[in-house]
Amino acid sequence: MTELNIIICVKQIPDPEAPLSDVSIDAENLEVVVDAPQVISPFDENALEAAIQLKEELDGKVTVLSMGKKLSDSVLRKALAAGADELILLEDNGFEKLDSHSTATVLAAAIKKIGSFDLVLAGRQAGDWDSGQVGLILGEMLGLPCISLAREITVEDGSVIVKKTVPEGYERVKAKLPALITVSNEVGELRYISRTRMLKMMRGGDIPAWTAEEIGVSDDAIEKMNIASLTTPPDMTRDCQFLEGSPDQQAAALVDVFVSLR
Amino acid sequence: MKEVLILGEVKDASLDPRILELLGAGKKLTEASGDKLSVLLMGDRVEDVAEAAASYGPDSVYKIEHPLLERFNADLWLAALEQACAEIKPSILLMSHSFIGMELGPRLAYRLDSRLTTDCIDLTIDSEDGRLLGTKPVSGGNAICVFKCAGQTQMVTVRGNVFPPAESGNAGGAIASINVTIDKSMSRLESLEIVEEDTVALDKANVVISGGAGLGDEDGFEMLEELAEALGKSFGSVMVGCSRMAVDKGWMSSDHQIGLTGTIIAPDIYVAVGISGAIQHLVGMVHSKKIIAINTDPSCNIFKVADYGIVEDFEQVVPALIKRLEEVL
Ligand SMILES: Cc1cc2nc3c(=O)[nH]c(=O)nc-3n(C[C@H](O)[C@H](O)[C@H](O)COP(=O)(O)OP(=O)(O)OC[C@H]3O[C@@H](n4cnc5c(N)ncnc54)[C@H](O)[C@@H]3O)c2cc1C
Repeated sequence: MTELNIIICVKQIPDPEAPLSDVSIDAENLEVVVDAPQVISPFDENALEAAIQLKEELDGKVTVLSMGKKLSDSVLRKALAAGADELILLEDNGFEKLDSHSTATVLAAAIKKIGSFDLVLAGRQAGDWDSGQVGLILGEMLGLPCISLAREITVEDGSVIVKKTVPEGYERVKAKLPALITVSNEVGELRYISRTRMLKMMRGGDIPAWTAEEIGVSDDAIEKMNIASLTTPPDMTRDCQFLEGSPDQQAAALVDVFVSLR
Repeated sequence: MKEVLILGEVKDASLDPRILELLGAGKKLTEASGDKLSVLLMGDRVEDVAEAAASYGPDSVYKIEHPLLERFNADLWLAALEQACAEIKPSILLMSHSFIGMELGPRLAYRLDSRLTTDCIDLTIDSEDGRLLGTKPVSGGNAICVFKCAGQTQMVTVRGNVFPPAESGNAGGAIASINVTIDKSMSRLESLEIVEEDTVALDKANVVISGGAGLGDEDGFEMLEELAEALGKSFGSVMVGCSRMAVDKGWMSSDHQIGLTGTIIAPDIYVAVGISGAIQHLVGMVHSKKIIAINTDPSCNIFKVADYGIVEDFEQVVPALIKRLEEVL
């Protein structure tokens, strides 16, 4: 094997780290409304970093897939700016609020259309619904060896060796390519992307977008999440007592607090 | 009769305490519905653990004993579990949101053509159609969503430390063996080694001192270690934890991470240093009895959930704190 062909699945979501005050709930439409910019889901960024590092080491190609009803290629072009070679959007009116199984169905169809690959990467879970299922279901659908919670990935002689997190520490496992890997944050943050690089990518060529029909996904192959209700969580705010003064005075006041709690 | 099946797990040669919580959850469901409750245990030898499970009063305990199941191997466990489900035909399958549940759940759901709801904090039955409803925090914990379970086998993974553990009950349930056909070739991963790391049991600490991106580098954590030591003299078990950022930056290993994708804890005292208080972090510590936050940004989220706050550079206040503690405590 000479070059490594990596497909990575990323999800575009409203910034999951937005402050609590920017989040509200539309119980009627069963939607979490986040008044924050769209981003690539954080664990998918970790996976992207892992993919780009592998490519840099071994040569090859990183193809980014993202599915949604209406995607913003300016958000997703960040993946290209970071070093991915190709971005393909899977866009369709039906691709909204899909359940994990259906999301995997769409991604699997697109991957089959792409044809050949050595690795499929996905983040361990998305930052909006926190379900943590799509990657592994996708692996099953494609009939691939599945490795979850990767913290380090190396490829040699047609196999992938992954350090995966286990309760005792980590396990090194080996699988023949092609394989599916879900990536955890231990692989490290996505690299810094300069503004000039980002701007250059924004002006880049058109991004292909495939519809359900183009990848052969029929309406009855996909289902929406089956949500019965969506509500605000119990209030968790407390009355914070601020300890004032110089650092020494603050420290003294905090020690008094500790003494009272002893 | 319909059956609610619990996937058992073994920890340190006995029944994992998380499974007692599942038994608690399962009893609540079956007492209302009259369905049968059972537990499945897998391993090379699980007789003792099966008996322990039976003492909590499920209607039956199944065991699958096979040399290849000695250690957790997702492919082999999945194959065994799939065969067991074909035989038992549970209407509901409860798993822990553990490493095992997180890995097997989605894959099993696919194989059983079912749908899974992960990380549930409540389980109820829809009074109209009798289907299982799984309540799950979403958007990091910013919202609580109730999902209706679809498919023949309604599957959920359940968050730990949420359901009260079952009390021992009528040990009348029979223990039955299930035979499965598995062989080595079903495992598509070769395990090269398992490296045991000194993992911290943050859930056992009385006091947790946690650091985040605001510490700037690894040295900041040394300062927190010193603080932990100073507090340890009066507070027993004091441990150092961290936010995900500190793991991402490689300052701390992931077993120290507190939050949605780390450990969920509720110590007597939680001290957050240089942590902004993103929702995914808060869900991991917000039930602590007392919360203290040190942060340079007075408007950050962490102060909203704190009892005591210090707005100051940690490099100024933490050394002063250590010094003072050593004088006073
Ligand atoms: C699906 C998902 C799962 C996640 N799971 C987790 C999880 O389990 N645990 C978790 O922690 N996060 C998790 N996160 C990440 C989370 O959203 C935040 O990104 C993370 O918690 C931020 O870490 P932080 O507070 O250390 O960093 P920042 O948000 O960067 O905060 C650093 C803070 O330090 C303060 N600061 C800076 N300098 C100083 C100084 N000198 N002295 C004092 N204070 C200073 C700043 O004011 C700031 O408030 C998850 C995210 C997603 C999307």
